[in-house]
Amino acid sequence: MGSRNWRSLLAAVLTLSLFAVACGGSDDTTEAADTTEAADTTDSEEVDEPAAASEPEPEFVEEAGGDFLLRPENVPTDDQRGGVVVVGYAGAIPHTNGAVSSGYAVNTVGPQVNASLLRYNDDYQPVPYLADTWTIADDGLSVTLELNAEARFHDGEDVTCTDVDFSIKTSQANHPFKPMFAPVTGVDGGDTKSCVVNLSQPHPALLIAFSPGLLPIIPEHIFNDGQEMKTHPRNSTDVIGAGPFKLVEFDGSEVVRFEANDDFFLPGLPYLDELIFDLGLDPATVTLGLETGEFDIAAGDGAHGGQVVVDALEDPNLRVSDKGFEAIGSIPWIQLNLRDEVLSDVRVRQALAYAIDKEAYNDVIAVGLNNTAQCGPIQRNSPYYNPDGKCYDFDLEKAQALMDEAGYSDGFSLTMNQSQANVPTMELIAEMWAKIGVTVEISLDADFPDWIAKTVGEGTEFDATWTTLWNWGDPVIGVNRSYNCDNRVAGVAFSNMSWYCNEEVDSLLNDAGLEFDDAKRAELYYSAADIINEEVPVIYLSNQVWYTRMQKSLQNSPESIWGFMDSWAEMWVDE
Amino acid sequence: MKQIAVRILQAFGLVLAVIVLNFMLVHLAPGDAVDALAGTAGEMSPETTERLRAQYGLDEPVTTQLVTYIGNVLQGDLGVSIGNNNRPVTEMIAERLWPTVLLSITALSFAILVGVFVGTLAARRPESGFSHFTTVFALVGFAMPAFWTGYLLLIVFSAKLGWLPVSGMEDLRFRGGWFAQQWDVAKHLFLPALALGLIYIAAYSRLSRASMLEVLESDYVRTARAKGLGERSVLFKHALRNGVIPIVTVMGLQFGAILSGAILVETVFSWPGVGRLAFEAVVERDTNVLLGVLFLVSLAVIIANFLTDLLYRFIDPRIRVSGSANG
Repeated sequence: MGSRNWRSLLAAVLTLSLFAVACGGSDDTTEAADTTEAADTTDSEEVDEPAAASEPEPEFVEEAGGDFLLRPENVPTDDQRGGVVVVGYAGAIPHTNGAVSSGYAVNTVGPQVNASLLRYNDDYQPVPYLADTWTIADDGLSVTLELNAEARFHDGEDVTCTDVDFSIKTSQANHPFKPMFAPVTGVDGGDTKSCVVNLSQPHPALLIAFSPGLLPIIPEHIFNDGQEMKTHPRNSTDVIGAGPFKLVEFDGSEVVRFEANDDFFLPGLPYLDELIFDLGLDPATVTLGLETGEFDIAAGDGAHGGQVVVDALEDPNLRVSDKGFEAIGSIPWIQLNLRDEVLSDVRVRQALAYAIDKEAYNDVIAVGLNNTAQCGPIQRNSPYYNPDGKCYDFDLEKAQALMDEAGYSDGFSLTMNQSQANVPTMELIAEMWAKIGVTVEISLDADFPDWIAKTVGEGTEFDATWTTLWNWGDPVIGVNRSYNCDNRVAGVAFSNMSWYCNEEVDSLLNDAGLEFDDAKRAELYYSAADIINEEVPVIYLSNQVWYTRMQKSLQNSPESIWGFMDSWAEMWVDE
Repeated sequence: MKQIAVRILQAFGLVLAVIVLNFMLVHLAPGDAVDALAGTAGEMSPETTERLRAQYGLDEPVTTQLVTYIGNVLQGDLGVSIGNNNRPVTEMIAERLWPTVLLSITALSFAILVGVFVGTLAARRPESGFSHFTTVFALVGFAMPAFWTGYLLLIVFSAKLGWLPVSGMEDLRFRGGWFAQQWDVAKHLFLPALALGLIYIAAYSRLSRASMLEVLESDYVRTARAKGLGERSVLFKHALRNGVIPIVTVMGLQFGAILSGAILVETVFSWPGVGRLAFEAVVERDTNVLLGVLFLVSLAVIIANFLTDLLYRFIDPRIRVSGSANG
């Protein structure tokens, strides 16, 4: 065959295939139209309102002997069960084992394949899950758990106290949140389902630490083989859990695919047949995919408060929810380095706090979607938050007076470091502080390890940085770490990075961590917060409201206090 | 043969140099993969950090790490992905290779066919409206970054018209037979291939126009016309063979550029290729994966240039003869 003929053939084949591909949109158009129509006809309610209740009370709740559903008012009929949900996820997921990681990604997929001892309802009250009942001893030194008699792992093995003990020990050795289970000395019960968790001291935060995103119960018979738990192959391959879904495909940067666990111990659940996470997406692609109906729900794209939320509110096919994630309590703040000579002066730190216009910050950076009433270290949704705490409302006169008093009438210079993505935040803060004579030099970090090296590494040089910290349900888990004297650890991200230390604060936080009486506990946290507010190791900018974008047809979306970091067994699609 | 042997030796030295350079560059940056792992895990105790550094050999001096790495690469071991639960890097790259090859070859073929055809037609009448349009199109097409073109295509063809899918290589809900699956892949391939190919359509049309203008002024083309050959025959049979030589040269040189373009396009369209793997590795500071991809790309570029050299000789026998005479 001559070269001309060869080229002609190639050209013809390519042209035909391109033509064929170009004509291939009709199917998609039909599907998109169908989806739209379905969505339009199934939900005519206001944004943020869940769909109307289908049945008052499902029969299987009574059958199971407990109210284990978070959304008993919204249960699908038999015809509505099944279906597939595709999640558009901007980011990668390293594995599924939340016993060794507090990462948001891990603990979004983890609770689908693993079950935990308890779940939490909207009122911060525990709900039965693997544990049917839980009883705290009078002296607070033990908790007795009765595990669900039907609870089994995906390989058919019973979930027993041995697994609970192993999971807690794994967390103690590997999970970043050491205070969660620090007082636990062991779990009695062996291969039975009546377990006693023994404690060295009373530990009120224990029950919330039994939540899906904090302690998955993992199978001892699979993991107890001496391998390094953080990189154990069964964290992502042939994963065996006791959760509502079985893992059938795991490529942490591409796709994670679950199918319903037909032998799940809670009857009637899960409602879906399949749950798929489409991973590693560009945030813009997630938004487009949501608009076209390719994705049922968006996740991991950091769109807690941004223009995409505003746009989604105007999309007739989408629902935007500001409910959920309340326990996470994420607070964007400015971290100050108290080792710096100038910043070691509390008057300077107070001046910097007064010079920040939080409303402007919220308007510019979060399109006005966050909640600026965040006054103190404990997040505003927590029962231990003091709404009357010192708030440092924007006041340039007070700021300048404090600068004068500290001897910095002419201002001073400092550096602020973060990644390229946070330049707008840093520029805005720089503009605000310029009004009291503080010159901010912006220093860019290449990536997270670079930020760690500059901000919490050995001999750190930073003056100020912007970051966001999560409260994680209980102050013991997510608050103490930023202020405890003994958590000033070089090289550990999200430790006491300001290098702040006040023994009275330590004492108050410690006492609060032992107190079961909620009112007394709140008082102790109020007192600690008052001191921290006065001494300003960090400047709180707002309380981040998490917005979830989804198709209107999606029912029981992840809107518990843990948001995505909870079981999605009750999710279904109203098609 | 001697020339080929020399070229292979040169290529080997080049690959080694690329490995050393990449390794040093990646390790010059502050922090390491364990820091990144600590970030995704929330935080990590100093004991765990040290334990993991020892496990991955990151506590060794950089030179020791480099020597170990080169030794492993020579044995075909590119290490494991720290960010992906110790998955072997070769396995991860192998999974992503086919999508990138498919995307790159489709985009390149599309660009060559359309670009050369358009450029040749434009050269036929250099002062025509079509020729001027080609020039402007080439300028605009070349100036638009692939990611920008990609987003525009997505907004028009996916979001507004709903004709084509937004992301990935397949519909994750898809259930169907082999042909339906290929069709599904073709629908997903169209926009990324177009976004990646547009730049090169512009480049090739401009290049082939200029080259053909020169060739069409040649004596042998004038002779062909004087003999009474038809214009189509003159253009596509006689002139094009010489006119296409610069395209072949540029094609080889641009193979590396196609791969770098693929990183952006694969990221925008969530195409599961090597480019996106590289992007994810950069974001997660997954050193072994990044080094593995860089190694593979360097190797691919070197091989592409080598093959271009051979193809060049095949198309133009004068080069073959001259090479033999010199060799």
